Amino acid sequence: MERRGGQPGDRLMTTPTTTARITPELEAAAERAKARRGFLVSLPAYVYLVVFFVIPFGLVVVYSFATRDSTGLTVLRDWNLDSYQRVFASEVLVIFLRSLGLALSTTVICLGFSYPFAYYIATRPPKVRNILLVFVMIPFWSNFLVRTYAWRVLLGSDGPISQISQALGGEPMRLLFTNSAVLIGLVYGFMPFMVLPLYAALERMDWRLVEAARDLYASGWSAFRKVTLPISLPGVIAGSILVFIPSLGAYVTPALLGGARTVLMGDYIVSQFLAARNWPFGSALSVGLMAIMLAATLIYFRAGAKTA
Amino acid sequence: MNEGTAPKGPIDRLLAANTWLVYLFFYAPIILLIVFSFNDNRNVGIWTEPSLRWYGEMFQDTRVMGALRNSLVVAFISTIVSTIVGTMLAIALERYRFRGRGALDGIAYLPIIIPDVTMAVMLLIFFFQAFGILEELTGTRLTTGLGTITLAHIAFNISFVAVVVRARLSQLDSSLEEAAADLYASRWQAFRRVTLPLIAPGVAGGALLALTLSLDDVVVTQFVSGAGATTLPVYVFGLVRRGVTPLINAVSTVMLLASMILVGLSLGLQRTRPRGGEESSAAVIGSSIPSDAKSG
Repeated sequence: MERRGGQPGDRLMTTPTTTARITPELEAAAERAKARRGFLVSLPAYVYLVVFFVIPFGLVVVYSFATRDSTGLTVLRDWNLDSYQRVFASEVLVIFLRSLGLALSTTVICLGFSYPFAYYIATRPPKVRNILLVFVMIPFWSNFLVRTYAWRVLLGSDGPISQISQALGGEPMRLLFTNSAVLIGLVYGFMPFMVLPLYAALERMDWRLVEAARDLYASGWSAFRKVTLPISLPGVIAGSILVFIPSLGAYVTPALLGGARTVLMGDYIVSQFLAARNWPFGSALSVGLMAIMLAATLIYFRAGAKTA
Repeated sequence: MNEGTAPKGPIDRLLAANTWLVYLFFYAPIILLIVFSFNDNRNVGIWTEPSLRWYGEMFQDTRVMGALRNSLVVAFISTIVSTIVGTMLAIALERYRFRGRGALDGIAYLPIIIPDVTMAVMLLIFFFQAFGILEELTGTRLTTGLGTITLAHIAFNISFVAVVVRARLSQLDSSLEEAAADLYASRWQAFRRVTLPLIAPGVAGGALLALTLSLDDVVVTQFVSGAGATTLPVYVFGLVRRGVTPLINAVSTVMLLASMILVGLSLGLQRTRPRGGEESSAAVIGSSIPSDAKSG
């Protein structure tokens, strides 16, 4: 006898699957057998995720307390908190604040343009909406590296923007390798992550609620503020988290569009592993980044639970 | 739903202007890149005449072609493995209750939300440590390369496949599977004849997402690839850091084209999705958005 889903018992009453008497013992045995099967079905993923995710995660934590020998190799003894002390050094703080500022700016700019954008798409007739949406999906699925590289071409000193500015009698533009270039790249790279959850929230909206508010003499603005905005808030929060987290840990964008003076958390961590070979410090930085990420995700779920 | 009205007048015009501005922002860089890839001039910024010169050079560049082959091999294997394992994970989490399910449910989503850089760091340390232990036990030193890249790609792809398949499963009524069981179908038959055909679009969508992510990944791959074997994005990333060349424009255009074909395939699949249902988790990666659009 096979039963899937639901609480024990409830299905039996509505759909009797057998004429045999079902004793509590039989039912318990069936539940156990089902639990065993479920465990077996999940086993390959379980093993894989433990080996290639949980253990590596634990190793990063272990490494963050390790020391380096005279050659710079990490040795797993003489456990200490040196790496964590360095995390709070002013040099790191500057990089962190720069990353945080850029990630927050990216999130705010993305939200500012994406909300009216998603709102416009969501209020079109279904056919138009589908077409407009496909043109959001294309950049969303397109290769991130290539999309970032395109800005390197655009912003280059002999690129189109600079050429136009020179043709108009201006100076050659020095946009590339600045914080502005990184900001543009981040907004460009992560904007679809903002648009899609916003659209999902707005598309499901029942616009009759807005009409009702208008009928009750609410102004357009207060109808938006009191009806549309609260309903779409889960989309706003989801989109903001989805843009904020990858922006904070971004590596490809600053590596391609930023300069030596615009080091961000992502490339700082990478340099600890690939250049400086200070694995304990790099690990401590990674642990810090993951902690912030987890905190942001928890805020998201808390807020989601409240507004849902 | 949605038979309400959109605001008309100046606000609507402002919204429309913003929309076209965003589309221009999305597409101008991509289109420019494609146009410049057909520029004959070695200097990227100066347009001389259209030609396929850089595409010709690209196909003759053995390093580009080698990296492309590596990319395809890694993407192919990691997609197959992660699709099977990820689908099983989705079924286990959605249809069964078992000890350790809660923990697994939590772990399964982490690879999606943690930044690439931290995932890369984790796997770098893991392979370093694992190879050290293996060397002590067996005396042979393994090295990083296509094998480690594939293992790493499977590690992040399982979660993405599971999310997409699970979104599909949650929209299905399990009574169909129960009906099959009532009609004396074996568990395997019920899965093969009922469940699998119903979740097939989700499985295919998950596989396409895995393929795309594998073909796109730079950060994790760069950390776990050896000296010899790299994938196309990592090779291009190395080139790009040194500067802009027309050859990279041509390679990038081909990579863009490949992404767009995958979008087309995936959007085609979405048309067969059932209506409605919860899709908040799937909205994370945008996979269910077109199904939403259809329900209007």
